[in-house]
Amino acid sequence: MEEMKEIIRAYVVKEYVEDDTEVGFDTPLISGGIVDSFSMVSLKRFLENRYGISIPDDKATPEAFDSVNKICALVQEYLH
Amino acid sequence: MAFSTKTRGIYQDVLKGIQEAGLFKQERFIHSAQAADIEVEFPTGSSLKKVINICANNYLGLSSHPEVVKAARQGLDTHGYGMSSVRFICGTQDIHRKLEKMVSAFLGTEETILFPSCMDANAGVFEAVLTKDDVMISDRLVHASIIDGIRLCSAMHDTYKHSDMEHLESKLQLHNDKRLKMVITDGVFSMDGDTAKLDKMADLCDKYDALLFCDDSHASGFIGKTGRGTHEKYGVMAKMDIITTTFGKGLGGASGGCVSGRRELVEMCRQKARPYLFSNTIAPPVVAGVIKVLEILSATTERRDKLEKNTEFWRKGLTEAGLIIKEGDTPIVPVMLFNAKLSQDVSTDLYNEGIYAIGFFFPVVPQGQARIRTQISAGHEIHHLEKALDAFRKVGKKYNILGKTKQEIIDRYGM
Repeated sequence: MEEMKEIIRAYVVKEYVEDDTEVGFDTPLISGGIVDSFSMVSLKRFLENRYGISIPDDKATPEAFDSVNKICALVQEYLH
Repeated sequence: MAFSTKTRGIYQDVLKGIQEAGLFKQERFIHSAQAADIEVEFPTGSSLKKVINICANNYLGLSSHPEVVKAARQGLDTHGYGMSSVRFICGTQDIHRKLEKMVSAFLGTEETILFPSCMDANAGVFEAVLTKDDVMISDRLVHASIIDGIRLCSAMHDTYKHSDMEHLESKLQLHNDKRLKMVITDGVFSMDGDTAKLDKMADLCDKYDALLFCDDSHASGFIGKTGRGTHEKYGVMAKMDIITTTFGKGLGGASGGCVSGRRELVEMCRQKARPYLFSNTIAPPVVAGVIKVLEILSATTERRDKLEKNTEFWRKGLTEAGLIIKEGDTPIVPVMLFNAKLSQDVSTDLYNEGIYAIGFFFPVVPQGQARIRTQISAGHEIHHLEKALDAFRKVGKKYNILGKTKQEIIDRYGM
């Protein structure tokens, strides 16, 4: 779980952060303006490819993607 | 009465909020034709003031060119004022088709379709040519009209960091399983004045079998050796799949736009693009004016060459004055002030000196990136630019920003 969090955090920073904003596990990503809703699609696809899962579109909501912790919980749900 | 006191109050509160946030846009009334020298009523009700305009998209100085005005007048006489119909019912004249063919020849594309504006072209094109099985990959700084068009399209949408080719390639790899991929960019970015790396983008599109889309509204008529646009500058004239552009900027400045590119894609727009199907096309006098503009620009590069010289003079002058500008070679030259209030104060002082230039700040540009966006024209003479430089020096001295670094300006005025 900790490894997954680090992987997702690293992806978010590399993909979306263009200044020195720090991203913690609970940092609001969508509501905090770090990830715009347009760009969520690449995050969803990254998770699906990396973990071999399929997240239904109606589950990939801005709320479910709003922090590293929430994203991890979502991925866990579809891993089993 | 549906518009009750309660309803009115809701809107009044929203408008008050916009005003309190300093985001309320006020228009200045110009009493003369669009040109380098204009007469402006500002504030509303005040006497007219003669100022030099350095914030118009009138890049080639054709907005009030006598030959263009004459051609538009003749078009009015021969083809009337309006069409009272959409294109596919009874709204297509010989001159509409003539202009489409001329635009294709000018841009070096297979086919062209006219739209009421480039905003409409961008609103309609994606939905017409892509489906939910496809993906659109756009630069994060594309124009608002492209963003609106993307929102209207069912295809998946992803973005890449501004002009970051490595990031774009990673996105093309990520979405390689899609039926069609389209890479979407502006040719010249309107706020920074930088250009898309279309040569590298075309290579990536070849490598990953992706379509290449470029909105060249701030380029058509003057970027590239013969003014064909950003694709000419980067030597990829034959590689563009879709170009959208406007006739409301360099190409006469009136109105109208188009989608130009591969024959099948243009035909898809003719069959399916909703702004094309459900609104009248460009009015006959404007069509006649744009035809004259393209005749002028096809006969000589004199105007774009003059614009290039003016731009060099202006960029050099601002730099030597000690102001910070965004690097580049386009006629969009942002003078960086970083602080929002400073950008408004400098704009006001410039106006008092007889120079009309507007300050932009968040959310139009990123936080801490406030600026005066200046736009040079072939309609400017050197004396216009010298006077404007004098004003920038005087105002810059007043605010003590000449020769200062970005950090020094931020330390003094804040972000």
